[in-house]
Amino acid sequence: MQNTIYQKIWSQRVILNLIFLLLLAAPLFLSDFRLNLLGKFLAFAILAIGLDLLWGYTGVLSLGHGIFFGLGAYCMAMYLKLEATGGGLPDFMAWSGMSELPLIWIPFQYPIVAIILGILLPAIIAFMLGYLTFRNRISGVYFTILSQALVLVVVTLFVGSQNLTGGSSGLTNFNTFFGFSVNSATTQTAFYIITVIVLGLVFFLSRKLVKGRFGKILVGIRDGENRMRFLGYSPSAYKTFIYTLSAAIAGLAGMLFVLQVGIISPTMIGIIPSIEMVLWVALGGRGTLIGPVIGAVLVNAAKTGFSESYPDIWTYFLGLLFVLVVVFLPKGITGLFEKWNDRRKKQDVSSSVEVEKSYS
Amino acid sequence: MSQAVLKLKKVIVDFSGFKAINQLDFTVKPNSVHFVIGPNGAGKTTLLDVVCGKTKATNGEIKLQGTTEISKLSEDQIVHQGISRKFQAPSIFQNLSVIDNLEIAMKQKKKLFSMITAKWTNEQKKKVSEMLELVGLKEVQDQSAGSLAHGQKQWLEIAMVLMQEPDIVLLDEPIAGMSKKERNKTGELITKIAKDRAVLIVEHDMDFVKEYADIVSVMHEGQLLFEGSMEEVQNDPTVREVYLGRKVEEHVVS
Ligand SMILES: Nc1ncnc2c1ncn2[C@@H]1O[C@H](COP(=O)(O)OP(=O)(O)O)[C@@H](O)[C@H]1O
Ligand SMILES: [Mg+2]
Repeated sequence: MQNTIYQKIWSQRVILNLIFLLLLAAPLFLSDFRLNLLGKFLAFAILAIGLDLLWGYTGVLSLGHGIFFGLGAYCMAMYLKLEATGGGLPDFMAWSGMSELPLIWIPFQYPIVAIILGILLPAIIAFMLGYLTFRNRISGVYFTILSQALVLVVVTLFVGSQNLTGGSSGLTNFNTFFGFSVNSATTQTAFYIITVIVLGLVFFLSRKLVKGRFGKILVGIRDGENRMRFLGYSPSAYKTFIYTLSAAIAGLAGMLFVLQVGIISPTMIGIIPSIEMVLWVALGGRGTLIGPVIGAVLVNAAKTGFSESYPDIWTYFLGLLFVLVVVFLPKGITGLFEKWNDRRKKQDVSSSVEVEKSYS
Repeated sequence: MSQAVLKLKKVIVDFSGFKAINQLDFTVKPNSVHFVIGPNGAGKTTLLDVVCGKTKATNGEIKLQGTTEISKLSEDQIVHQGISRKFQAPSIFQNLSVIDNLEIAMKQKKKLFSMITAKWTNEQKKKVSEMLELVGLKEVQDQSAGSLAHGQKQWLEIAMVLMQEPDIVLLDEPIAGMSKKERNKTGELITKIAKDRAVLIVEHDMDFVKEYADIVSVMHEGQLLFEGSMEEVQNDPTVREVYLGRKVEEHVVS
């Protein structure tokens, strides 16, 4: 019994390490174009891990993670934009008749500040919203509705403040990052490698968190929040923490996204993307960490494939996929693996019994 | 010995006009198996609810160990004051293993940041192992709690309550749905755990109450009707009238 558990963990670890090495080696065998796409998918995968901590483990469904992703992306984009104009006024500001840099743009001249804010800003907003709602025991579908309301508010704000955010066309046309040309293949490969490393770190730390006692408490909150209170826990503190953490991870993902995609606009962070993010987690298998990574990569690969040939039907396909997953694959792709593994284990047990018999 | 561990004074629980508990004075003594009986709707479950913080008292005071006022504390704070509750329906964590259930239940610092770095200590391992032994779940410790039989689930929850090392244990109909054998085992367990703490139990089964009670309180319409040994309770005319008598009649009719 003990042995098979060790074996299982060991083999999981080996597989995870192999995947990580394979991803690191991808620049050797993928074209620049494909590598760039994969980098984008992996940025999404980072976000999916955070969303899984929140939804899969703690049972809090947020349909508003696009906003946290967006805040990270915009922080990075603002820095890139200022780099591109050489400290001058970005073009869209000049067009809307401004003559000097608005106050909130000033910190973003410094890349380090931009990076810190790209993580901190989503975290602070999530903390405030989480603290207020969870402490007042607003949960379940009410929280989910609030998270959607947040998306509406922020997107409306971003579209409306044309002179500060570039409005509905967003921010694009970047040149350099720390002085390196963002359009060169070498820089893009470096961005890709950084993304893989960040993904590895986020995955590793999240795994450490959920494999320990902490993870069991999260599952306890997911499955019986009230019961946890009578065991002496304050679920609201845990939920606020995980919500904040997942928002910070989403911000991080947004920054890596914008570096590799070169544009961020309100449509990329709104309601539909926020729902898509949940779908990645659902399809991959929530509560597994690796599932959401697989889900994010697969769904986005499919989306890219589809959009190249039939751009119009993607949204329908997405809806259909969601229904199919909910009905036929409630545990996602990793659920399939588990089933297959269980079956194999049963066969192992029966065959070992037979072996014993034949020796006795 | 005679110092009360728990004392309710003039407690009222008002559900928008209906007083489920009405000016109740109630005392629990240490190291006693204390049963609460009474007809349906008498307010027995509400009594447990108000003690563990699930329901807030509209009025009155609830004192622990003669000093700590707990009626304004939140549920988790009350747990840390030494009161643990087992609910009527087994509420264990089905997706966690038996041992995981005990791991998160056991007495420890339960604040967010102490939990991030929490590790098993040797003492904790020993306590959990002893508890598994006590409730007879050692063999199934690695199974998921959802796969246990009904009686085992009840014991797992009792074990989770005990792992919190409370001074007062609240049990709501712990033997409901148990076989005769399981009832006896639960009764023995209750006697055993009451050696170090007070156990307050709501129960319908009179044979069970008779066998294990030190003290029996009879509740009626949110108030305490009578208190004493099971024998005294059975011989009291008012109790017979409002409760036992009615029950006898019901039996005769059915
Ligand atoms: N949350 C509530 N809201 C309104 N009435 C309640 C609530 N909980 C219990 N009651 C009422 O209070 C009375 C006492 O209930 P309870 O304590 O559950 O009785 P029992 O002695 O059968 O356990 C019942 O009449 C019940 O309908
Ligand atoms: Mg009841």
